[in-house]
Order: sequence, then structure tokens, then C-alpha cells
Amino acid sequence: MTTIAVAETPLVLSLLRLADTALVHSHRLSEWCGHAPMIEEDLALANLALDLLGQARALYAYAAEVEGAGRTEDDLAYLRDAPQYRNVLMAELPRGDFAFTILRAFLLSAHAHPFWQAASRSTDAQLAAIAAKAEKEAAYHVRHSGEWTIRLGDGTEESRRRMLAALDALWPYTGELFEADEADRAMIAAGVLPDPAAIRPAWEATVARVFDEALLPRPADGWMHSGGRTGRHTEHLGHMLAVMQHLQRAYPGCSW
Amino acid sequence: METVAERTPAASSVGDRARLIEAARVAAASVVDPEIPTISIADLGVLRDVRLGADGVVEIDITPTYSGCPAMRMIALEVEAAVERAGLGRPRVNLVLSPAWTTDWITPAGHAALLAAGIAPPPPAASRRALFGDDVPVACPHCGSRETGLISEFGSTPCKALRRCLACGEPFHAFKCL
Repeated sequence: MTTIAVAETPLVLSLLRLADTALVHSHRLSEWCGHAPMIEEDLALANLALDLLGQARALYAYAAEVEGAGRTEDDLAYLRDAPQYRNVLMAELPRGDFAFTILRAFLLSAHAHPFWQAASRSTDAQLAAIAAKAEKEAAYHVRHSGEWTIRLGDGTEESRRRMLAALDALWPYTGELFEADEADRAMIAAGVLPDPAAIRPAWEATVARVFDEALLPRPADGWMHSGGRTGRHTEHLGHMLAVMQHLQRAYPGCSW
Repeated sequence: METVAERTPAASSVGDRARLIEAARVAAASVVDPEIPTISIADLGVLRDVRLGADGVVEIDITPTYSGCPAMRMIALEVEAAVERAGLGRPRVNLVLSPAWTTDWITPAGHAALLAAGIAPPPPAASRRALFGDDVPVACPHCGSRETGLISEFGSTPCKALRRCLACGEPFHAFKCL
């Protein structure tokens, strides 16, 4: 199996982390296509997935350009295996039920929105341009997933039971959203990336506002999962990539 | 978007250059949005710039409405074809992201074209209010009533929401504010 080894300078690594999280979450959302509880929701989840796919493409294209090894966005998406993926673990968890899908989209977009807002002032002009577009899309994502979180949390006994189960499962993955390692700190110091500590208050406020209306408790921050951003993934990512990358694996270099 | 750019017929004087750029602009502006074929990419605000490169090749900048807009590739190909058909050589089509497209760039003619197609134009001045969920009133493109309600924030394309008129009962698409 052909895989590529990307030279991960701090900037390339940062772009891959953002792109991989967007692509992997996009893929999980797209798994609902044709299966959502109603047609409007089918379209909505596909739209969310499409926005994330577009963001991922722009980020991969830029990462490839920065790396300067002549690679394309497709090479980065299709020719890296799970240990080379840099997405946060929350994005790769199997799609679960509708409550799980909605809550994950809410927790991730409540983070993405203030993140892109801050990144639109990045000292890196291309990242700032990508962020300016992503910020507006993320605003729609927070609103859509937030409204569903409220409807399900404060809904029927069944919807509430499922939301509480999703919350139990997902909360231990939220810590990874706010990690900063050496590469991150270099990018933060250069004004390329926002400091996760500065994103946190906005995320907390959105979570508090929506959970309050949804009658969901904000769980205590206990032990948190970690590792996705350095390539230590759950078993689920490999299975997902096997599907996503199948065509390139079976017919290397194929295109249409 | 890899294409082999071709030099346009030699444009020597300043006047020639200006006429050539104008001709290229007219050709590019004739391309319509593949998903909303009643509106041209110029009226949509997707066509950002037309100029002549130092090497004599027409250069055209287009910008996506949404990050994932699947129509961009097709728009780029159609722009190339339109400029070539006009006898101006094959242009270089660049995808530019900055500044980010906003619904404010849709021209008054674009608003009229959307309305004629039964699509409610976006509220003016990409207001943060509309973006952050205050339900700005949207008039029905069929009967003009402002008594309309949201069915779904996400319609058949990323740029449209689905609404319904409470007066005439017709469902309609509304261009989203971005």
C-alpha cells in the first residue's frame, strides 16, 4: 500500500490537524445521507458535511503548497494511513444515533466558530482567508446543531435518554479541542493560530447557553482522551479510511 | 484547475488592451451559475476580476460562495470556454478566497433575477443579525407577503434555505445571508 510521508513543519502539521478534523467529521456526517430521520435533516447534514469538505480541501491544498513537495489535496486525503491522520478523536467516532451525531456536531462547531473567528485575524494571509469563510459556515452549524440539542435534550423521555448517553460518551473527548503542544505554541507565538485558552470562554458560553435550555447538565471535566492530533487513534478511524480511501487503494492514481 | 493558458491575439496599444479586457469581461460575465441558471456569475458576485497578464494571457479571478461549493469547477471550465469562444485565447482562471464572498456582492440585477426565479433574495447588508439567527423577515417571491416561516435552514444547495409563505401557502427557496 502506497503511503506518503509528509514533512510536518509546525505550519503543515497545524493545517493537517484542521483539515483532517474537518474531513473526518465531514465523512461521518455524510454517512447519514439517505438515512436521516426526515428529508430536511438529510439535506441539512449533507450541507454541513459539504461545508466541512470544502474547508478541508482548501486547507489540504494550502498544506500541500506550504510543504512544497508537489503533492495535491487528494494525495493528503487518500495516501496517508490512520497513524498519519491528525484529527481530534471526537471527529472519528462512529456516527452513532441521531442524538450522538447532533451533539458531536454541536460540540465541534461551538469550538470551530470562535476558532475560525479568531483565525480570520491570523498573520498567515491564506489561513485568514480560509477562516473568514469557515467562520460564517460554522455559525450556521452551531445554530442548527444547537437547536436540535435543545429539542432533543428537552424533548421526549426517549430523546433525552439518548442525549444523556451521547453526552456521557462525548464529553471525555472535549479536552483534546483545547490542547496545545510545541508546534501549536510556535504557531500561537507567530500569530498564525489563536491560543486555545482564548477560544475556551466562547465555547463554554455557547455550551452553557444551549445546555441550559436543553436541560442538560454540563459534566465535570474528568479524565480526557487524547492522541488524535499526534496520530494515536481509536480503532474506528482505520475502518473509516478503508471505506473512504478504497478506490485509490484498489486503483492507485485513478481519476475521473 | 490546470489548464494550458494561451496568449490572446496581440494587444499592442493601451486602447486595444482595454477593449480586450472588456471583451473578456463580457464573455466571462455571460456564464451563469450552474445551479441557479437565471443569475450570471457577475451578478452573483463570483466574478471578481478580469485583467491581462504580463504574458498577454487573460487572467480571471473567481471566488466561491461557500467553501464546499461544488459548482466552482464547472464555473471555472465555463469561464474558460466562454473566453475562448470569444476568440480571446484560453484564460488563466484563479480561485481566490480573500476577501470572502458575501451576499452583499449580489447586484440589484442579481436580486431581480433571483426573485424572477422564485428565490427570495438575501436580506441586504449581510447583517450579523441574519447570520446569527435573528429571524429577519423574508418576503414571499410569489405573492410578496412578509408572513413567511422557515421550513429548513438547509435547502437543495448550500446557499439556499427552504421557507413557506403563510399567506399564499407556497413553499419557496430563500438565498441565505452570508
